[in-house]
Amino acid sequence: MLRVRSLDARAVSTDDDPGFAGGLAKGPRTGNSSNVGKNRENDMIAKISAAGLASVLALTLGAGGAQAQKMDLTLGLQLEPPNLDPTSSAAGAIDQVVYSNIFEGLTRFGPDGSVNPGLAKSWDISDDGLTYTFHLVEGAKFHDGTDFEATDVKFSLDRARADDSTNAQKALFAGIASVDVVDPATVTVTLTSPDGSFPFKMAWGDAVIVAPESIDTIANDPIGTGAFKFSKWVQGDSVTMVKNPDYWGTPAQLDSATIKFISDPTAAFAAVMAGDVDAFGAFPAPENLPQFEADPRFQVLIGSTEGETILAMNNGRPPFDNKLVREAVAHAINRPEIIDGAMFGYGTPIGTFFAPHNPDYVDLTNLSDYDPEKSKALLEEAGVALPLKVKMTLPPPSYARRGGEIVAAELRAVGIEPEIENVEWSQWLETTFKGAHDYDLTIISHTEPMDIGIYANPEYYFQYDNPEFQNLMSDLTRVTDEAERSDMLKQAQTILAEDYVSGFLFQLPMQTVANAKIEGLWVNAPTQAADLTAVHWVD
Amino acid sequence: MSEPSLSPAQTPSTLRIVLRSRSLILGLVLTLTFVAAALISFVWVPYDIATLDIANKIKGPSGAHWLGTDHYGRDIASMIMQGARTSIAVAVLAVGIGMLIGVPLGLWAAARRGSLLDEVIMRTNDLVFAFPSLLIAVMITSAFGPSATNAIIAIGIFNIPVFARLTRSSALSLWQRDYILAARVAGKGAARISWEHILPNITNMMIVQGTIQFSLGILAEAGLSYVGLGAQPPTPSWGRMLADSQTFISFAPHMALFPGLAILLTVLGLNLMGDGLRDLFDPKLRRGRT
Repeated sequence: MLRVRSLDARAVSTDDDPGFAGGLAKGPRTGNSSNVGKNRENDMIAKISAAGLASVLALTLGAGGAQAQKMDLTLGLQLEPPNLDPTSSAAGAIDQVVYSNIFEGLTRFGPDGSVNPGLAKSWDISDDGLTYTFHLVEGAKFHDGTDFEATDVKFSLDRARADDSTNAQKALFAGIASVDVVDPATVTVTLTSPDGSFPFKMAWGDAVIVAPESIDTIANDPIGTGAFKFSKWVQGDSVTMVKNPDYWGTPAQLDSATIKFISDPTAAFAAVMAGDVDAFGAFPAPENLPQFEADPRFQVLIGSTEGETILAMNNGRPPFDNKLVREAVAHAINRPEIIDGAMFGYGTPIGTFFAPHNPDYVDLTNLSDYDPEKSKALLEEAGVALPLKVKMTLPPPSYARRGGEIVAAELRAVGIEPEIENVEWSQWLETTFKGAHDYDLTIISHTEPMDIGIYANPEYYFQYDNPEFQNLMSDLTRVTDEAERSDMLKQAQTILAEDYVSGFLFQLPMQTVANAKIEGLWVNAPTQAADLTAVHWVD
Repeated sequence: MSEPSLSPAQTPSTLRIVLRSRSLILGLVLTLTFVAAALISFVWVPYDIATLDIANKIKGPSGAHWLGTDHYGRDIASMIMQGARTSIAVAVLAVGIGMLIGVPLGLWAAARRGSLLDEVIMRTNDLVFAFPSLLIAVMITSAFGPSATNAIIAIGIFNIPVFARLTRSSALSLWQRDYILAARVAGKGAARISWEHILPNITNMMIVQGTIQFSLGILAEAGLSYVGLGAQPPTPSWGRMLADSQTFISFAPHMALFPGLAILLTVLGLNLMGDGLRDLFDPKLRRGRT
C-alpha cells in the first residue's frame, strides 16, 4: 500500500505509467470541445421543453401541480484526474470521479466503510481459506452493451496482477495464485495464503472490473458497469455522466451528473455561493464553513476520512535519525493549536498512524503530549547544536501549508529552526516522496484505508527501518483470528508512537458543502470517492 | 489654431510646476513613511510575529491591534512593517542589479556605437526585454526554487535591459556634444570619457528611472509572493498576506485591505516621486522656469 492518496490528480503517477502519460497526450479532446456547443444547445432545448412541459402539466393539474423535480446535479471537486482509468494510475482524483459511479468492483465500500456486495452478489470461502468463489450478478451489462461475465473478472484481475501491470496497488492482488472461470456467473479466486481481508481489497477503486473490449480507450472513454455512463470530459473543466438506463441494480436517481473541477479555494467558495455547483466534495477552505452553516440554503456535512495527517520526519538521515530529536519534535507539537489554526477546529487529534473511528484504534496522544520544556531537555540530551536548522517541505493543500507554518512556529519555540519551502505536487513527489527523499520534515495526509503497513517498507519516504514492526506486519497478513489481529494492530500502533517515527497530528475531516435540498451524499470518505448513485433532490 | 497654443504662456507652465512639485512632496511623504516603517521594524514592532496567537485569530482593528490580526493571530500592523522591509529589500537589490550591470553595458555599447559589440550587447538586451518580465520571473523562481533571493535575481535581470537601453540612448546623444569632442582631442580614452563626462550627465535620468523601476520591483515582488514564489514563510510579505487573506475576504476584509493599501500607497508614492523628480530634472522644464 504505497500510495499517498493525496489530493492531487497529477500527484501520484510514476514515469513508467503509460496510463498517465497517454491520458494527457491522446484522446478525443478536440472531439469533446467541438461537442460542447452542440451539447449545450441540446441541453438548452431540453430545458426549455422541460419547462414548457412543466407549465402545461401545472395548468392541467391546476393549483396542485408541484414544481418539476430537479434531476441533474453539479458537484464541485478540487482536483481534475489526469485520466479516467482507476486501474492503471495512482491518482486519487480518478477514483473520486469514477468509483461506483462508472466502475464497480466485485465488492464495494459503503458510505460507512463497510464492504458490501458489488458485482459479486455473494461469495463462499473454502474451509482452508484459500479459495473464494464469487457468484456474480446476472444481467449486468457494460455501457457499450456487452455482457458482464466471469471472463471479464478474470481479465481484470489477471491484468492488474500481471508483471507489466501499471496498477498502483499491486499489493492488493499479490496474494492471488489463480483466477478461474467456472461458468459465466461464477468465478473462483485461489490465494497463496488465507486472507480474511480479500473482499476488502476487492472493494478498492484499483480493483474495479473492466472489459477487454474497451480497455484500449479506457483512459478517455471509461466503459464500466456502473449506474452512470460516461458522457463527456471537457478537460480543464468538467466530466459529465448520464444515468445508465440498463443498470442491473438500483438505478441512479439523477438523470445526469456533472463533476466540475475548481482548484482555487476562493473560486470554490464563490461557485457554491452562486449556485454554480450544487455541492462541493472535500471543500478546501474550512474557514468558510461557518458561513455556509449559517446560510439556510446550504448544508455542511462533516465526516471523517481515512486521512492520517502527519508531520513526516526523515528517519534516514540526521538529525531525525535520532529518536531523541524525533521525540523532542513530538512534544513541541500542540495539536489543538494546529487543528484550530489550520483546520478551524475540524479534525480529531491522533497519537499514532491509525484512524480514530476504527474499532482497533488506541489513543496514544499522551505519549506525545504538548510539553515544550521536555522538548528542550530532550534536544539537550540528544546533544544537537541549537538552533537546529532543518528543511520543511510543504505540498499545496491548505492543511499542509497552514499546518506547516504553525508547526514551524512551535518548533522554533524549542530551538528547532525549520526553513519552509512551499512546493507544487510534482516537485513534492520528485524530491520528497520518491527518489532521493531529500527532505527533513513534511506534512501530508495519508488517505488510504488501513495503511499502517506503509511503515513496514524501509524504502518508503519515512526511511523507517524497524524489523520488529516489519515482522509484525508480515505476520498480520497470515493471522485470521479477529481478536489476535486487533491485538497486533494495537501493538503496531504503539510501536510507531513509541518510536516517534512521525509527528502524528490529526485525522483529516471530510467537509462537504451542499444545497440543503440534496440527499444521499457520502458524509464520510472511507475511500476516495464521490458516489452519486444514491444522490437525489428533495423538496 | 487657437491663440494660447501659439504663444508659450508663462502662467500655466508655472502652475504645472507647482502642481507637479506637490505630487513630488506627496510621493516623498508616502515613500518615506514606508521606508521609516521598514527601518523602525528592525528595532521595534507592536507585536512579535514569530509567535502565533491562534486564540486571537481574525480579529478586526482594535486598540490592541490597530489593523487587526490575521488567521494565525499575528498583528497585521507588525506584519506590514516587516513586510515593507522585504518589499524594499527586494526592490532595492533588484534595481541595484539592474543599474550595476545595465548602466556599464549601456555606456560600453554607446562608446563602441555601431560596432559588433554594440549589436551583441543591445540585441541580447532586446531579447531579454522581449519576454514578459513577470512571466520569466515566475519561470526562474520555479526552476531554481522559490525564495526571496531568486525573486531578487529574477526581477534584477529584467531591470538590466531597461537601464542598458536608457543609458545607451542618452549616452549616444551626449557623445555628439562639443565638450566630449574636446575631451577626445585632449586624449582621453572612451572608458575615461564615459566615466568622467557621460555618467555624471545621465545620473539624474537614472535616478528617475530607478524610482520607477523600484515601484515596479515592489509590484513584482508582491506578485511573485502572491503566487507563492517570493519570500517564503515566515518572512512576511505583502503579496503573500494578500494571497493568504483571499478565502477570508467575505468575513474578514481587513486582512486583505491593509496589505493591499500598503502596496497601493507605496507604489503610488514612488510613481508620484518619480514623476516629480523627472519634472525637476527635465532640462526643458528647467529652461522654462528660468
